[in-house]
Amino acid sequence: MTARPEGLPSEKLPVGGAMRVMGSETEYGIHAPSAPGANATMMSARVIQAYANLTRQRAAGGAETRWDYTDEEPLHDARGWTVERSAADPSQLTDRPPVLDAEAVALAYGRQELEADGSDESGSLLMNMVLGNGARLYVDHAHPEYSSPEVTNPRDIVAWDAAGDLVALATVRKVAGDPDLPAINLYKNNTDNKSVSYGSHENYLMPRAVPFGEIVRGLTPFFVTRQVICGAGRLGKGQDGSTAGFQISQRADFFEAEVGLETTIRRPIINTRDEPHATADKYRRLHVIIGDANLSQVSNYLKFGTTALVLSLIEAGQAPKIEVHEPVAGLQAISHDTSLTATVRLLDGRRVTALDIQWIYYEAAAKLAQESGVSDSFSGDGHTRDVLDRWESTLGLLGSNPAGAASSVEWLAKMSLLEGYRNRDGLEWNDARLGLIDLQWSDVRPEKGLYYRMLSRDRMQRIVDDAVISRAVVEPPSDTRAYFRGKCVSSFGKDVVGASWDSVIFDVPGIGKLQRVPTREPLRGTEALTGQLFQKHATAGAFLRELLGLDPAPPA
Amino acid sequence: MAAQEQQQPQSRDVETEADVPGAPPVAPEAQASVATQGVDDLLDEIDGVLESNAEEFVRAFVQKGGQ
Repeated sequence: MTARPEGLPSEKLPVGGAMRVMGSETEYGIHAPSAPGANATMMSARVIQAYANLTRQRAAGGAETRWDYTDEEPLHDARGWTVERSAADPSQLTDRPPVLDAEAVALAYGRQELEADGSDESGSLLMNMVLGNGARLYVDHAHPEYSSPEVTNPRDIVAWDAAGDLVALATVRKVAGDPDLPAINLYKNNTDNKSVSYGSHENYLMPRAVPFGEIVRGLTPFFVTRQVICGAGRLGKGQDGSTAGFQISQRADFFEAEVGLETTIRRPIINTRDEPHATADKYRRLHVIIGDANLSQVSNYLKFGTTALVLSLIEAGQAPKIEVHEPVAGLQAISHDTSLTATVRLLDGRRVTALDIQWIYYEAAAKLAQESGVSDSFSGDGHTRDVLDRWESTLGLLGSNPAGAASSVEWLAKMSLLEGYRNRDGLEWNDARLGLIDLQWSDVRPEKGLYYRMLSRDRMQRIVDDAVISRAVVEPPSDTRAYFRGKCVSSFGKDVVGASWDSVIFDVPGIGKLQRVPTREPLRGTEALTGQLFQKHATAGAFLRELLGLDPAPPA
Repeated sequence: MAAQEQQQPQSRDVETEADVPGAPPVAPEAQASVATQGVDDLLDEIDGVLESNAEEFVRAFVQKGGQ
């Protein structure tokens, strides 16, 4: 490891460890208890609208910005082809702005009300926003979704992912404060236990040069088993939850394929959507759809941190050479066994537990990190050592004293609460009260959400403190292009007409046409590279002229 | 590896703090009773925040498909 002089920006992260450009996506469950038949897309738009109203007050000039769909390519397959639009499931066409069915809206809320305040100044419902912290908040199908800004390490993803839960909370409060609207609850979970699942996705930047087949081989055994450290726990088995009992993962029962492009049907363990949102010949964005949404900070930290480590193994050609026989069945068998003794068969004939496979990956990751120098306590990258230590200690507890992991591993925390009720009140697994506890675990309101009740009693460990999360609601990460995006929105909001992962579009008086600033390198646009420019210029015009090297404005 | 494993950050394991040498010995029954008391308090608190009519509330939570 050669240390970099302080203050000199670099466009490369240390390799071999847990640092990587990554981001999270959370689709929230949405429910209005007093209006059970309300249109979910309409309610989701209300949520976005509520946040637009809040941020308009916060940022002078109207912070909220429309999404730019130019670079969305949901039908590009990482295996090297593109699906015909006509052959795709309608839910895959995520590159077109969603159109809200006006009749459904009118039925749900009444035409007059919609005209009164359901639309923004231009008269259309706001379905899509870019936030000052660099995140995207939008209506995805029938759920509000928060996509975190790009960060470089697992500690930051915990902060900016949890910031999304505070954004969701702010919208719940705002809607609740409107006497004309039914109150809306948001849940950070992944199923209604009635056959429907909605996702929590992870995104990881990888060099394009890594063959996709290597990614599939290296990741599949890891994805089949990582639920033991980052599953969120679920009451009921089967897609409709009708088989009584508790299982490790919210999502496992909804997966039906090993590899594929879909995210809403025939869900695959490895998703092949190939929209890099960056320079396409250099990078791929690995889109991971198998994870549970996590409230537990330790589970979330390990979900991203260990996956980043495994991707480093794959890039180095050092992923464990193991292959699980029938991985989809294995995924579900492991989820259904809270004793952690279920085994899966490897293609070499061995039968191993989920913990055995996790230990194999841990050992390989620790070895590579040591060889790369990134896990050194003093000269390392400052993240990999901690991820490895927490991974090791968590696996150790799961193998020897699982109850000891109930303050860190989310499914164990939830299970301990359910067991407490079962013991006190003699409840069967199919008791409705346990179903309510499973659901209310993920309510984003701290006075109602049972995770937050546990957190307030210090029964859940923290990775970042509340002040860090609150700051992440309004500030972008400093070390990725999300800094540029977020600062453009918060500093020059009224002059930004659109933004996406890899562009910001300005409409500045005095500069003739729309100016689209591409941000196709995820590690540029950082505070180190652009912070001074934001400090120096009070107006978007002067900022853009220096940024783009345009002629200075003529003297007035 | 071995050398690195000894350099674990102190924040690593909240659960193991009870085993730190020097902590006063506690009788196992007393420990169990304290733990039970903590769980009872927690469940009492949660009783107070659970939505009323669990069965109806859970049944009404119906979502449309997502990713």
